[in-house]
Amino acid sequence: MLLLQIDAALIIEKLILISAILGVSLGIAMYATWGERKVAAIMQDRVGPNRAGPLGLFLPLADGLKLFFKEEIIPDRSTRFIFILGPCLAMLTALMTSAVVPWAPDFTTAAGHTVSFQVADINIGILFVFGVVSLGVYGVMLGGWASNNKFSLLSSIRAASQAISYELAMGISLIALLMMTGSLSLREIVQQQHGFWADGYFSWNFFKQPVGFIIFLTCAFAELNRAPFDLPECESELNMGYHQEYSSMKLGFYLFAEYINLFVSSAIIITLYFGGYNFPFMDQVAAHAGPLMFSIICMLVLITKVIGMILFFMFIRWTLPRFRYDQLMKLGWRSLIPLALANMLVTGVLILWVFKSH
Amino acid sequence: MGIYDILFWALSAIAVGCALGVILSRNPVNSVMYLILTFFSISGHYILMNAQFLAIVNVIVYAGAIMVLFLFVIMLMNLNADVEPQKGQLVQLAGVISGGVLFLVLLAAIKTATPIPIDKASIDIGLITNLGRVLFKDYVLPFEISSVLFLSAMIGAVVIGRKEDQGVVKGDA
Repeated sequence: MLLLQIDAALIIEKLILISAILGVSLGIAMYATWGERKVAAIMQDRVGPNRAGPLGLFLPLADGLKLFFKEEIIPDRSTRFIFILGPCLAMLTALMTSAVVPWAPDFTTAAGHTVSFQVADINIGILFVFGVVSLGVYGVMLGGWASNNKFSLLSSIRAASQAISYELAMGISLIALLMMTGSLSLREIVQQQHGFWADGYFSWNFFKQPVGFIIFLTCAFAELNRAPFDLPECESELNMGYHQEYSSMKLGFYLFAEYINLFVSSAIIITLYFGGYNFPFMDQVAAHAGPLMFSIICMLVLITKVIGMILFFMFIRWTLPRFRYDQLMKLGWRSLIPLALANMLVTGVLILWVFKSH
Repeated sequence: MGIYDILFWALSAIAVGCALGVILSRNPVNSVMYLILTFFSISGHYILMNAQFLAIVNVIVYAGAIMVLFLFVIMLMNLNADVEPQKGQLVQLAGVISGGVLFLVLLAAIKTATPIPIDKASIDIGLITNLGRVLFKDYVLPFEISSVLFLSAMIGAVVIGRKEDQGVVKGDA
């Protein structure tokens, strides 16, 4: 078993990387809650949070403290173990996906030791993401069922059927992309999008797969349960949705997991379609900056792109009204899946007959 | 005992324990969760056999999709331990006999099979590139036939699930 030959230095290096990534994910998720309110306020011509600290920047801390100090209520008729398991699963699956995202190019120290800014470069990176995302439904489903509340149950069933329906279109739109990259490893997909311009065309996958990107993005909205597809927490029909019975930090876990998911899915979308850490004129920058500096610049570029993507998610949320449930299903099954299939066929035909690359 | 053996025995113990949990637990939701854990430990076995692709597809398809549908049905039918229908003794006897027969068949099949040792050194044998080559070169006919089989199963499900007479339904509304 060659895969299991691991030395202590590697474990320490990976542990540091994992804690750094988890820290950044949690930090960005925290400030995404603040950002969401600010964005909403600006778009609705309000001031938004401005009491806790300058510009209300301490608001996430105050929110977190408030949730911690609230009374923890476990409903009498709930299935206790699964009720507690639900938010834990939601948080776990939200944090797991970030393991395969390449955050920056490798950098080699003077001693010849290569440091990788990716926790796990697995051969099937994108399938790992899909696996974890498909498990993410359990947090919502089990939590909603264990609450023993009609609204929670209805909401969790909505969430699960929505997730399953949109996973199909998402997978098919991704197949078209994978036919072009010829690899499932996120690291290779990013490396193929080097720079911004290569061989007389844009190197980022967004310009090669625009239709696939739009389908993927729409499905990402649905998978994240974000407006305009936030049917599982549709207040006018279901009160609060699947976390109706939750209080204190268990509720906090559900809300927080959503923002971590938002961050990680933005990172995945950027990695797949917008070149990951690549940026225009990166070769010139690499020639002038040292290797470590270059890695850090790349990482900052990626984070900037991810924050841009998160802001885009927020703009959409505060622009579009919520779909009706039948409209959501119709869009998924009757529009996105056929469109994704057609996109896959056209991509295949182009690869085989026009570009003759395989 | 190397790390490989430790992992193998640990995963096997989890797989067998969780499989027993599936049939022994009273609450159907717990059964489903034990089954998910069983799938995970089987995926772990796949990884030990250097078949990462099979491992992740096992998680996506079985744990991620099929078990969600199982949960769906259980939640919608509201099957709880206290409303679980009590089976008669005859039904239980029939279940034991048919399960035992299946066990006998599996036992006989495994006993006569020749074990193929896993080549622990070849780490890329189960990678998606090799798997794709084998599927689309050596086994392309069985692969395509099985996909047609799946398609017919899907169409069959749609046909069965469709409402028989559209006019009657409209009349009711």
